[in-house]
Amino acid sequence: MGDTTAAPRLGTLIIGNCQAGVQLASTLRELGDTDPITLVGEEPHAPYQRPPLSKAFLKGEATADSLAFRTHDFYREHSIDLVPRERIFRIIRNADGGVATAESGRTFAFARLALTTGAVPRTIPFEGSELEGVSYLRTATEATVLEQQLREARNVVVVGGGFIGLEVAAGARAAGKNVTVLEAAPRLVGRAVSEQTSEFYLQAHRRRGIRVVLNAQVVRFVGEHDRVTGVELGPRDGDGSGEIVAADVVLIGVGVVPRTELAVQLGIEVENGIVVDARALASDGLTVAAGDCANMPNPSIGDFGVGRIRLESVQNAVEQAKVAAATLLGLPAEHRTVPWFWSDQADLKLQIAGLSGGHDRVVLRGEPDSEKFSVLYYRDGRLIAADCINSPLDFMAVKNALHRGLSVPADVATDTTVPLKKLFVAVETADAGRAVAAPVAVDLAPPAVPVPAGSPAA
Amino acid sequence: MPTVSYVAFDGTETIVTGFAGDSVMETAVRNGVPGIVAECGGSLSCATCHVFLCADSAGLFPPKLDLEDDMLDGTAIDREDNSRLSCQLKLTDDVSVHVQTPETQV
Repeated sequence: MGDTTAAPRLGTLIIGNCQAGVQLASTLRELGDTDPITLVGEEPHAPYQRPPLSKAFLKGEATADSLAFRTHDFYREHSIDLVPRERIFRIIRNADGGVATAESGRTFAFARLALTTGAVPRTIPFEGSELEGVSYLRTATEATVLEQQLREARNVVVVGGGFIGLEVAAGARAAGKNVTVLEAAPRLVGRAVSEQTSEFYLQAHRRRGIRVVLNAQVVRFVGEHDRVTGVELGPRDGDGSGEIVAADVVLIGVGVVPRTELAVQLGIEVENGIVVDARALASDGLTVAAGDCANMPNPSIGDFGVGRIRLESVQNAVEQAKVAAATLLGLPAEHRTVPWFWSDQADLKLQIAGLSGGHDRVVLRGEPDSEKFSVLYYRDGRLIAADCINSPLDFMAVKNALHRGLSVPADVATDTTVPLKKLFVAVETADAGRAVAAPVAVDLAPPAVPVPAGSPAA
Repeated sequence: MPTVSYVAFDGTETIVTGFAGDSVMETAVRNGVPGIVAECGGSLSCATCHVFLCADSAGLFPPKLDLEDDMLDGTAIDREDNSRLSCQLKLTDDVSVHVQTPETQV
C-alpha cells in the first residue's frame, strides 16, 4: 500500500477523534509505521475519555482537559496530526487510497482509511424535545451544559434506565436532587444484565431515594417560556390519568446509534454498525473500522456466544483498534478477548466480565441485599460471564478464568467463603483447547522500530 | 513540578514531569509511557495500571484502601508487598516518584 509513486507520501486517515481513533494512531506508531497519520474529528477538544462524563464530570471533578488521553507533546512527538472541528461528509476512494472532504471544504488525501466514527445518542421525537433543559449526553460539550443545568435544578428526570441514565441519576440524587427515572421496559438495564441484577438496581436506587417508574410511557415534554417544566406520562396499569412529573432538567439516555453514513457512502456493508471481520476489516477489503461503530464477529475467547455483535465499551474500542492498526500494516492479528464493562452508580460498582447472551443458567454468589454479590452466567455447564456488584475479587477472577479458558463449577460457586479463583477448573468441552490457544492481538505486536513506543493504553 | 520515573521490566527508564493532582497512571498514559494500560481510566475497575512502588517513594502516598487492595489480587502479574494501582497515587508538588512496571498488565 502507499508509496508507489514520487508523489507526496500518503498515510493513514483516521476519521473519529475518540478512544478508538487515538488507540489506532498510537498502535500504528508502536508497530513501526512511519507514514503520516491524520486523526480528524468533529469535536473541538483533543480526544478525551468519555466514561467519566456521566460520573466525575457532572460532579465538577473533571474537565475535558483533565480527561485528555494524551498530551499535545505526545501527538507532536509521534507525528500524529490531530485535526479537530472537521466533519468529513464525503469520501472518494479506490484500492490505492482516496480523498475525504470535510464540510469546511478541506480535503484529506490518504493511502489507508480507518473509520472510528463512534455512535450518537438515539433520539426520541417527542413534543417538547426542543425545550431548554432537555438534553442528551455523549460529548464533553453536552456534559458541560448538563453540569451547569444540574447544579441549579431541583427536579431531575432521566428518560431511560440504562447505564448512562442511572449513573447520572445516582449522581444527581447524591447531590440532593429529586430524581425520577422513567424506563419504558419492565426492568432496568434490560439490554445488558440479567433479571436478578436489574431487580437489585431497582431496589438499590429506590433505597437511595430515586423514584423509578417502569413500563413508563413518555407522552411529551411540557414547558413554560421555552424551558422544560415536566414530563407527561401516559396512563399506566389501567390508571386513566396521565401524570406530569416535574422536571427542571431532563436527560434522555435511551441508547446510541452507530454512525455509519460514511461507510454507507463507500458502499461498505452496514448492519447495526459497520460490518467487519475479526481483523476489523470492512467488506471492501480495504477500510478498517473499530469501536462503537463496528459490528464484528463475537470476540469472546472460547467458542460460546456465536454470531455478530456491536459492543459499546472502552475495552473493545482499545483492543479492536489495536487489531485494526495491525491489519492496516498487513500484520496478522485477530480480535479475541474477554469483553468487559463497568458502571459506577453512587457507591455501587458494577463490573461485568464476558457476554452473558445465550446463557442457560444463572447462579447467585452472595446476597443482593448486602449490596455485595455476583451473578454468574453459565451455558452448557460452563461459566461464560458475571455481573459483579461491589465484588472486584469475583470480577477479576471471572475475567482471568475466561481469559485462560477455565470455568468454576456452578455447584461450588455459591460458596462465598472460598475465593472464586481457588475454584477454577479446566473446561471439559471440545473447544477448551482452542479457547486457550486463541490468539490475542496484543501478543502479536512486534517491537516498535523507529518511533518511541507509546503506551498501549486507553 | 513532580517527576515520575517508570522503570520497565526490561530496565528501560522513562522520566516524565507531571502535575500535582494528576495520578501516576494519568501521567504515564498522557505521555505514552509503556507498561501502564489503564483500561478503565482510573475508576478502580480494571487493575491494568499495576506498579511496584520503590521504597524511596513509599512514604509519598496514603496507604491503599480496601477496594484497591481487592483489585490488586487480580493483577496479571502477581502482587508484591509494594504493589499499588497507579491510578490511586496522586502526585503532589515537587515529589520525585520511582515505580517499576510489571512485565504485563493484561
